[in-house]
Amino acid sequence: MDFSFTEEQEKFRKEVRDFLEEELRKGVFRKSVDAWILEESPEFGRHVAERGWIGMTWPREYGGQGRGYLDRLIFFEEIMSYGAPMDFLTGDRQIGPALIAYGSEEQKRYFLPKIINMEVRFCIGMSEPEAGSDLASVQTKAVEEADSFVINGQKVWTSRAHLADYIYLLAKTNFDPSVPKHRGLSDLIVDLKTPGITMNRVVDMTGGRRWNEVFFDNVRVPKSALVGQKDRGFIQHMSILDYERAGIERLMANYLLLTGITEYIKQTERNGAPLSKQEWVRHLLSDLFIKFEVGKLLIYRVAWLLDQKDIVATEKTALSKATCIAKAYGTKFEQELDRAAARISGPYSQLMKGSIWAPLDGVVSMAYLYSPAHTIQAGTHEILLNVIATRGLGLPTS
Amino acid sequence: MDFNLGESQKMLSKAAQDFLTSQCPKSLVREMEEDEKGYSPELWSKMSEMGWMGLVIPEEYGGIGQSCLDLAVLLEEMGRACLPGPFFSTVVLGAFTILEAGSEQHKKELLPQVAEGKLFLTLALAEPTAQYTADSIKTEANPGHDGWLVSGTKLFVTDAHIAKYIICTARADEGISLFLVDSQSPGVSCTLLKTLAGDKQCEVVFDKVKVSSQDLLGEIGRGWSYIKNVMPKILVAKCAEMLGGAEQVLEMTLSYAKERVQFGRPIGSFQAIQHHCANMAISLEGLRYITYQAAWRLSEGLPCIKEASVAKAYASDAYQQIVWLAHAIHASIGFTMDHDLPLYYRRAKAAELAFGDAYFHQEVVAQETDL
Repeated sequence: MDFSFTEEQEKFRKEVRDFLEEELRKGVFRKSVDAWILEESPEFGRHVAERGWIGMTWPREYGGQGRGYLDRLIFFEEIMSYGAPMDFLTGDRQIGPALIAYGSEEQKRYFLPKIINMEVRFCIGMSEPEAGSDLASVQTKAVEEADSFVINGQKVWTSRAHLADYIYLLAKTNFDPSVPKHRGLSDLIVDLKTPGITMNRVVDMTGGRRWNEVFFDNVRVPKSALVGQKDRGFIQHMSILDYERAGIERLMANYLLLTGITEYIKQTERNGAPLSKQEWVRHLLSDLFIKFEVGKLLIYRVAWLLDQKDIVATEKTALSKATCIAKAYGTKFEQELDRAAARISGPYSQLMKGSIWAPLDGVVSMAYLYSPAHTIQAGTHEILLNVIATRGLGLPTS
Repeated sequence: MDFNLGESQKMLSKAAQDFLTSQCPKSLVREMEEDEKGYSPELWSKMSEMGWMGLVIPEEYGGIGQSCLDLAVLLEEMGRACLPGPFFSTVVLGAFTILEAGSEQHKKELLPQVAEGKLFLTLALAEPTAQYTADSIKTEANPGHDGWLVSGTKLFVTDAHIAKYIICTARADEGISLFLVDSQSPGVSCTLLKTLAGDKQCEVVFDKVKVSSQDLLGEIGRGWSYIKNVMPKILVAKCAEMLGGAEQVLEMTLSYAKERVQFGRPIGSFQAIQHHCANMAISLEGLRYITYQAAWRLSEGLPCIKEASVAKAYASDAYQQIVWLAHAIHASIGFTMDHDLPLYYRRAKAAELAFGDAYFHQEVVAQETDL
């Protein structure tokens, strides 16, 4: 057992921190809670790209640095501590690993360097109106016609599609009724400039405008758009879910709320004493600090597992159990933090950014509005518990 | 970073598990709850042959000189087996305190005996205020005789009734001090408390008990600083015990969920049961690594006051949650006295309360984080 970082890892952390301090100082970004999912800053993204920190775990032959997942974790831990934006997240977190695992040599050589240099941006087309948790029930079709696929259908909850160049799409490619649903789907990379694609922005409860409906009306793409094997898309998709679920953004999404509220209670008096000296506040915050420490360990462990040779191939079940546990734990923590911040702020917790009297720049009210999403996105809490129970603990399915 | 136990630790774990599975059946555990002394001399002697009492005692004092991490691995198995007896009191409460505060003579005289399994020790800390703070120490050590006279009442002292020496925290003029009190001294009276876990916790009354300067551990007035240094070891050891118990609870629950058939299918195939088990697994993972991180820090000689309290706070609530969910899943059968689950449920409460529960340690963490 060893819970320390190496000297190199500590140096890397310092390097990232110095970079972030500099970017802050130059005003390239402003610290903001939930920046990782709501904020956009191409300039910041480009600076990160220039340092070679996008796709840092990818093989060098494609422009990556071949670094370990612990390094990547250190980088994202610092980014989240600073509330910095992460436009590059989708490409780095999901698309890259998917292409490395399943993409053709051409696809890897074409896309990976461009993701690394922030030249292309991806969104992911998975959920549909009739297919959320039940992903295998996607209805969007990709029908083979000569040397093309013709795509018809609709995707929903597609984050940042309006800013993306490509959509990584899960579509139905096998129409034989005797073939089970999850064996008839394929992954395709579709250029969003292809004729027939239209989008509608969907505004979420926070007022955020990152979601889209994406419509495909006889969209013709070359056969080379296929990623990996035809009809194996569902399994391919499932295998990269561990990457999406595993990150520190599942624990630290609202980290600035934790630091913010800690400062707030020291500076705010109620009934003649700082809030930080009141027993209920001390216990509430302390409990959060304790739970945060536990959550960090669970996530570090996932990064460490990803660095173990062949873990993805040989001990997939152990990895999935670990990622589901980490995300389930982390996102519940985030919600507890949201609730604690609201309890501490009292009636002020309803005041929005820009309102007079709003504490912490309206972050508490925004946290409340965002809160349900933590345990819904990237696998609902209930689905994660199912996976832990069946794949992780070996309990029988019905 | 490495989240795996080392090879020697895995071997220790397996050897301990195999030994305790055969030598410490639940029938013995139940028997010892009724037994006044609370331990089996035969089992104790066999444990001694395994070298367990000397595991963390330095070689120069007759031990094996292993680390807190190794001890955590061993205690995990003891917790899994609900091992009765004065191992925790003697080794964790007693030997660690002597190592921290005792003179060279104390160490040379007492520790080899501990390592050989020939001596029982314990630590008397809590008082009727039932707090683990310095302020709550009211037991006095008044100058008298040719040393001090110790008077006061201590509660929740494990194994005091069989210990040869009770290390007592008492307030002298100079401040809190540690005294090694011979349990047979006139004025010492131990009464077993009747506890729901059936563990041997005592009230110990000190009535003008004579102690001399030879019985003083460390410097007069510095007692609390020794306790502060030892406490992380005590807390982490307790968490390790809790971890083993919690693992066994999850394991027995999963077995039950797979075997028990209702409505034509194993109950483990119902989502409600699956979610309970998943929640148990999540808490268990957290408990495991927060405990091991603290144990590792102690092994590396890193500061551990905050981390030990973080672990104890988390473990206290997590183990409670785990046994509660286990009871929900087992339903009535788990509620019978004959079932193994009550052994763990009851011990989970005792462990939660030992040396401060979650609420107590949250305040420690608040102070350690400058709140």
